[in-house]
Amino acid sequence: MADYQNLFTQVQAIGPSNLGVPLGEGHSPRTGTDLPQVHLFGRLGMPQIGPVYLGPLGIASIIFGVASFNIIGFNMLAQVNWDIVQFVRQLFWLSLEPPAPEYGLSLPPLNQGGWWLMAGGFLTVSILLWWVRMYTRARALGMGTHVAWAFAAAIWLFLVLGFIRPVLMGSWSEAVPFGIFPHLDWTAAFSIRYGNLFYNPFHALSIAFLYGATLLFAMHGATILAVSRFGGERELEQIADRGTASERAALFWRWTMGFNATTESIHRWAWWFAVLCPLTGGIGILLTGTVVDNWFLWAVKHGVAPPYPLVFPPAVDPATLLQGVKP
Amino acid sequence: MSALRTSVWVALLAAATLLAGCERPPVDTVQRGYRGTGMELVYNPRTAVTVAQANQAPPVTEPASGDAGPKAKDIYRNVPLLGHLGVAEFTRYMAAITEWVAPEQGCNYCHDPANMGDDSKYTKVIARRMIEMTQHINVGWKPHVAETGVTCYTCHRGKAVPLQVWYKAPPQDLKSNFIGDRFGQNAPMKMVGLSSLTYDPYSLFLLGDATIGIGAATALPTGHVASILQTEHTYGLMMHMSDGLGVNCTYCHNTRNFKSWEGSPPQRTTAWHGIRMARELNNDYLEPLTKSFPPNRLGPLGDVAKVNCATCHQGVYKPLFGAQMAKNYPALMVSASTQVKATDGLPPPMAAATRSVLYFGVGSSALEGEQAKGLTQLIATLSAQPVAKASISGYHSASGELAANQELAKNRAVKVRDAIVAAGIAPARVMLDKPLQAEANLSGEDPAARRVEVTVK
Repeated sequence: MADYQNLFTQVQAIGPSNLGVPLGEGHSPRTGTDLPQVHLFGRLGMPQIGPVYLGPLGIASIIFGVASFNIIGFNMLAQVNWDIVQFVRQLFWLSLEPPAPEYGLSLPPLNQGGWWLMAGGFLTVSILLWWVRMYTRARALGMGTHVAWAFAAAIWLFLVLGFIRPVLMGSWSEAVPFGIFPHLDWTAAFSIRYGNLFYNPFHALSIAFLYGATLLFAMHGATILAVSRFGGERELEQIADRGTASERAALFWRWTMGFNATTESIHRWAWWFAVLCPLTGGIGILLTGTVVDNWFLWAVKHGVAPPYPLVFPPAVDPATLLQGVKP
Repeated sequence: MSALRTSVWVALLAAATLLAGCERPPVDTVQRGYRGTGMELVYNPRTAVTVAQANQAPPVTEPASGDAGPKAKDIYRNVPLLGHLGVAEFTRYMAAITEWVAPEQGCNYCHDPANMGDDSKYTKVIARRMIEMTQHINVGWKPHVAETGVTCYTCHRGKAVPLQVWYKAPPQDLKSNFIGDRFGQNAPMKMVGLSSLTYDPYSLFLLGDATIGIGAATALPTGHVASILQTEHTYGLMMHMSDGLGVNCTYCHNTRNFKSWEGSPPQRTTAWHGIRMARELNNDYLEPLTKSFPPNRLGPLGDVAKVNCATCHQGVYKPLFGAQMAKNYPALMVSASTQVKATDGLPPPMAAATRSVLYFGVGSSALEGEQAKGLTQLIATLSAQPVAKASISGYHSASGELAANQELAKNRAVKVRDAIVAAGIAPARVMLDKPLQAEANLSGEDPAARRVEVTVK
């Protein structure tokens, strides 16, 4: 019997289009009922494509998103003199930079950061519209709004990095550039400027939740795949009517670590770990520069950073030494 | 199945392409700090071999012949720098310099064969100034070059123009300034280690004196402002140093806080002086030579070739792995300024109503001649204003032993204070003060640096 044992699913259910549940009053009917089924998609998930719901919010979101993407892309293309070959070669280095520090929070000329403000503004509008869409679509299906709130956690970090912290610092230049290597260099510079983000406790929490979320996901995914031969992947049925798949999975974890999550609570665990990663990370970024100027010294002050034995002869900043006399 | 095989091959090819820019493992790591702090130097043993072969000092072909025989200045015309050498020794220097700088072109690269003393070739004018620069480095920048010193070969390596020099980067042509400003960064440049950082950190830091230290000195904000952009500029300079010296950050910095000097390896102090040295050489020796060079030797903006860390280091933590080349050429280890009388070249004392500056001889804390008159005038100023207070700061020049220099600077300030108090000014009106800026006394044996400043308020 064919079963789910590989990353690439070996069985594909091909049949009439699945249009989902009937929608209530006030919802426009779906257009098109014969939906395409793609074999390659079926290897990763469901073979059926659509139905897609865009609606006014989705269309507006895509328009703003495309505008932002184009502003960034055309700026990069202009930086290499509209040379497509150089655009491809240098793509990872190219960037749309925020305004220089001297502009503060004022409106800079278009080419000196104005494009960045516009791209960031459009991207923010696009993302917020997409969030509303996630919320209303979930409500339309009578679902909870967990996905929208998880997305909101990511939006929080995005807004802290690009809007809230720059405003609190009084300068757009504090924000992240739109570029692949440039945003990584920004990250490293940010850590160096503020005395090593390693000592920022919210950064530490964020990493704990990041790694914790991946660990939980690996444990949960592995457990469900391991009991799929007993129908364990039908998790919701197992919640309502616990079968041997759940019994075995639960016993496995009690055997190996003495405790097990339930089929429902494991999802709460994973959701909270995933959501807390950007939430705590955003707090850590927000405090940096606004409340704490040097995280290493902060950690020394509060006994977080331990003293180590000195290996080298004491070094002192020559700028203070060369000045001569200190009475 | 063949589709699967194809996609596997495509994936492997993509992975290989992505990794093509990486060095293959394994690399060697050397622990040099306390365990667990990540104080490690990382070396690739395969590239280290190539670098080692490329950075060997040439053998000394001719031993020093002493000062026997007539002096060069009595035989040749126009030999102001090395004329004090014996003529055989002088010839040895000339032969060595030819070998170091213009081995293919020979003597005639700088000299007119019909008249060796003639200064008509630009290369000769430059070469003389470069000998002065070499002497200045060896005498005035001991905190950086120590007793090893440098020779022409340190930078030139048998090439008329050293391989690793820099010119100012031409500004981006913004056309109508509508779209596509790169902000002077985000290009894959070797000089900043292929990062996306600013591609001209040298103009900022090795020609100008933009602030390098960007970290905050306190845990909580106290008004210290350094933008992320400034941080990226400093970061660009550091990438150059890392690349130019073939070392990683922990060669100079402690891993926990790059800003903190505590726990930093002593190499950081050496590097600190090196940055100031490169800056001084560019401003005092190379930039002034701009007009002496023909246009084809200048950069895209018409500026002279300038030095950075890589000019001497060429990818090695000590140029030529610290080979003791200069000690075979002792005339490169002294400079004209050490042969003059200690008090020669002192600026006249300044004694204005609110600020006095008094200058001292090399290693001296005594005010002599003209300078003593400046002190008398200062005392007169203080006597005339019974409520005015004097704040005294002592300074020293950069050459010599640091600890001794600090003591010297202090003694100079104390001497001036004692003299003022001895003249009847109330001790409460005279105080010693820590100076605020250091730039003026970072230029070797600069007479203007050996001073005491007195502010009257």
